[in-house]
Amino acid sequence: MDTIITFIEQNIEIIYLLTFAIFLGFEVISKIPTVLHTPLMSGSNAISGVVLIGAILLIRVTESTNYLALILATLGIILGTINLVGGFAVTGRMLEMFNKKKNKKK
Amino acid sequence: MTMVVFDIVLFVAAVLLIIGLRKLSHPDSASRGNSLAAIALALGVLVAIFYPLQTQNNNYLYIGLGVLIGGIIGVVSAKKVAMTEMPEMVSLFNGFGGLSAGLISLVWLINNGSSGTASDLGVVLFNLFLGLLAFSGSIIAYGKLSGKLKDEHLKIPFSTAVNIILLLVNLGAIFYFAYVGVLSTLHLSLFLVFSLLYGVVFVAPIGGADMPVVISSLNSLTGITAAVSGIITDNKLMLLGGVLVGSSGIILTLLMCKAMNRPLLSVIFGNFSSAKGSENQVQGNAKEVTPADLAVQLAYSQRVCVVPGYGMAVAQAQKIVKEVEELLDEKDVEFKYAIHPVAGRMPGHMNVLLAEANVSYDKLLDLDDANSYLDTTDVAIIVGANDVVNPSALDDPSSKIYGMPILNLAKTKNVVVLKRSMNPGYAGIQNPLFFKDNTKMLFGDAKKSIEVILRELKEV
Repeated sequence: MDTIITFIEQNIEIIYLLTFAIFLGFEVISKIPTVLHTPLMSGSNAISGVVLIGAILLIRVTESTNYLALILATLGIILGTINLVGGFAVTGRMLEMFNKKKNKKK
Repeated sequence: MTMVVFDIVLFVAAVLLIIGLRKLSHPDSASRGNSLAAIALALGVLVAIFYPLQTQNNNYLYIGLGVLIGGIIGVVSAKKVAMTEMPEMVSLFNGFGGLSAGLISLVWLINNGSSGTASDLGVVLFNLFLGLLAFSGSIIAYGKLSGKLKDEHLKIPFSTAVNIILLLVNLGAIFYFAYVGVLSTLHLSLFLVFSLLYGVVFVAPIGGADMPVVISSLNSLTGITAAVSGIITDNKLMLLGGVLVGSSGIILTLLMCKAMNRPLLSVIFGNFSSAKGSENQVQGNAKEVTPADLAVQLAYSQRVCVVPGYGMAVAQAQKIVKEVEELLDEKDVEFKYAIHPVAGRMPGHMNVLLAEANVSYDKLLDLDDANSYLDTTDVAIIVGANDVVNPSALDDPSSKIYGMPILNLAKTKNVVVLKRSMNPGYAGIQNPLFFKDNTKMLFGDAKKSIEVILRELKEV
């Protein structure tokens, strides 16, 4: 019980942010047309590549001789970057395809 | 002073991310939204690299190497992938993100000697569980979508029970180790294995037609694990980005469930694909049509509608369908596409396929518009769709898909089904539509069949 209370006390700022962000997420994406289901999914998939930031922050505080941690963190950076860069590139390609068509129609 | 600059940049990035996502959900601004979100995250990464920290370790060599390798792989695979392989590509990327989050937890544990306060350790283990679950789940989904894994190879006995037990074991372990405050290497390894295993058990029993739900829920999971990673590393942009992905994924998941008229839990625990009911015994004589007859019929129709499904993606028939559209356009035949929200293997799958073939927006009809159009259509051509046009959903309460909104072809004058054989669809349900009086079958590979139709059409 004490643990829970200290946890809440220490993280109250995070808890506020978390709650607001959840509502924000629902609001921002409430009415989404079918055409954009796939781009939204792959775009948001790219955004989950933010984990890259966490991997970078962690590897910076890792001891330079702790090779196991360094290798794992580097792998984390590689995978996070693939998710981030690849995700945005794929989404961009997809949206370009949609746009190309619209220009033609004009 | 420099700290403030970094904090402000991070704040600007957060605002850009929200605006980007907002724009991403409107057709006109989607492209700009995508770029804005990418810029936001790039800013976040730069801040993460140069933010002044207490240590002097930095390990910039590893960071540079990692970003370089990951960036090259990311760009190349995104450029090379065919639009038809998009579902598996997205789930692969998603799995990588999940594993990356899992590795963050693992590195944290190594750096902190696998011990910490109850709340720290609880959050880190929870994140490890989520990340690895998203990873192994996405890899299984990737295998299923790319056809490397077949549903029948993934039969897990008592999968619902196994699922619940594994979930309880994992959650129990998180609470236990958080309470104890430390975990041994053996315990950690076991926890890794069980987390990975849960992802497999979670996705393996969920079959083909439910794939859109699986993909969007895995997407949402990776978002949540990114948010939790943000708590661990105390980074607000990660927290925000993760939560936004998490909640948008949940919205998309629920949309997909609504399109199938099934609650989310029934999808996860439903074992839809493996079930075989007695209702499958619809019998009758299916009538065949020759491509030449069909071509003549099409040429003298007023309104034609194509109902695409996953089979169109498999046969890569979208471009040839577009050619038929152009030819009939010249003959003043109205030509539309009826898109069911869960047709295909990911949300919006058919839209992407048809966009690749340069089919214009205004030819695509969503469920409601399609149904009123189909009532007055002369010929409807079903290209590789099955369960989304199954009338059992409307009139057979014993059917597993009863209640699912479908594309209703009851009033359509003529229905032609392009299909490889009489095998039932992914849901394992026989389709009474095939035996109706006004339905004719055209067996064979959809692409080849349409090529023949196209040739015949040119001669009409």
